[in-house]
Amino acid sequence: MKVYLDNGATTKADEKVVAEMKKVLVSEYGNPSSLHSFGERAKELLEKSRKTVADEFGAGSDEIIFTSGGTESNNLAIKGLLSKTEKKHVITTKIEHPSVYNTCKSLKGYKVSYVGVDSEGFVKLDELEKLITKDTALVSVIHGNNEVGVIQDIEKIGKICKKHKVFFHVDAVQSFTKVPIDVKNVTTLSISSHKIHGPKGVGALYIKRGVRVGSLVYGGHQERDVRPGTENLPGIVGFAKAVEMKQPVEQIKKLREKLTEEILKIPNTKLNGPKERLCNNVNISFMGIEGESLLMMLNMKGIAVSTGSACSSQSLEPSHVLMALGMKHEQAHGSIRFTLSKFTTEQDIEYTVKELKKIVEKLRRISPVKNVR
Amino acid sequence: MYAKKVMEYFKSPKHVGTIKNADGVGEVGNMKCGDILKLYIKVKDNVIKEIKFETFGCVAAIASSEALCRVAKGKTVDEAEKLSNEDVIKELGGDVPAVKVHCSFLAIDALKKAIKDYKK
Ligand SMILES: Cc1ncc(COP(=O)(O)O)c(C=O)c1O
Ligand code: FES
Repeated sequence: MKVYLDNGATTKADEKVVAEMKKVLVSEYGNPSSLHSFGERAKELLEKSRKTVADEFGAGSDEIIFTSGGTESNNLAIKGLLSKTEKKHVITTKIEHPSVYNTCKSLKGYKVSYVGVDSEGFVKLDELEKLITKDTALVSVIHGNNEVGVIQDIEKIGKICKKHKVFFHVDAVQSFTKVPIDVKNVTTLSISSHKIHGPKGVGALYIKRGVRVGSLVYGGHQERDVRPGTENLPGIVGFAKAVEMKQPVEQIKKLREKLTEEILKIPNTKLNGPKERLCNNVNISFMGIEGESLLMMLNMKGIAVSTGSACSSQSLEPSHVLMALGMKHEQAHGSIRFTLSKFTTEQDIEYTVKELKKIVEKLRRISPVKNVR
Repeated sequence: MYAKKVMEYFKSPKHVGTIKNADGVGEVGNMKCGDILKLYIKVKDNVIKEIKFETFGCVAAIASSEALCRVAKGKTVDEAEKLSNEDVIKELGGDVPAVKVHCSFLAIDALKKAIKDYKK
């Protein structure tokens, strides 16, 4: 049996998405910039897709720029916004995805502050506000966290940013289509297709009307000069189809609750992150066991998950997100992330729990660390 | 990511456990990632007759522990003292990812400590 519980990493494309993409690839393959009928049809599809994406969070079509994915969108927003201001201070959080974290780290001539989170992962809003100075250009916050599923209050954070007249960028790659998004107080917002059963290598950036974002690459006039290059139309159409299909949030959540409940019956396990979180995410630590070992044993049974253990990272450092939650190293060490999707079934959950119990027992027999809490 | 032999030793290690009245016990913590390895030896006529391990660590750490037990078992204490992490890696089929080489040192260090404890 094969059970895919790593939908936070990427998802299976929906067959309906693939069908739409195929149509574009073989029948509607024109370049949207061309003046003939092929180009016209392609342009039509491009703009229809743009509207579908924009409608999902009540934005205007003119506020959506298609990109190659979440990573590019985050880079474009942060560097693009900074290129249009003289201010030299950026604030982000300690629980960002590497595409924001490393973009901020790469900034030369800028000061970057990292606002902390509480033990459930919620950004400390008072700390955030105190960090804002006259020189602050931008606040960048991850909406739904990819590791522990915590959802930030972007309305409150947006209000703080508005009050101090600083840009507010949101990384909504994990939350998009799973949590309602209101862009009222948001300057820019990143989304990605392959997390919602669309194709890989396509995403978008919402840019509030009137805000200027400098481009990362130069070329033709596509995407209002912000993102030149012939549009990835098959990808964009597939992405729009995936958005259109919506998420069965309650169905996913119900299975996630069942999985969580059953796993927490295993002795010496701890829930990482808040109870109310992204509908498809649960992160649990199995004390006295190392995550990579657990992951590989599950893998032998056909079950795919991920871990925040130090041993599994090239740097041999535990997940910076788990550490930011104030977790002890030992707890991060035994952490496993399970991420479900609309394709996850009741049987998937039952099989996973059954195998997990056996594996945890086996690895605890091997471990010298007994009865840790 | 891991070679067949590593996975095999990880999946079904034969030397897991403790030894009651062990002649030597060596416990090491891995400063790199925070793992723990505990090794127990029983010595008779200067030969390692029995050897068992308990490991809190990654796939490579568990496989290295098993590999170490296999190479050290039946060796005289003097021979065992001369073992290096290369012997552990050789037993693992010679194929351990570069970031995981330090896990094989963990096993060797535990053996050295257990022998020191035995000699005390
Ligand atoms: C929160 C978050 N931001 C950004 C990304 C990057 O998106 P992409 O893989 O489309 O570049 C991911 C996923 O990898 C993510 O989980
Ligand atoms: S024990 Fe941590 S990397 Fe091997």
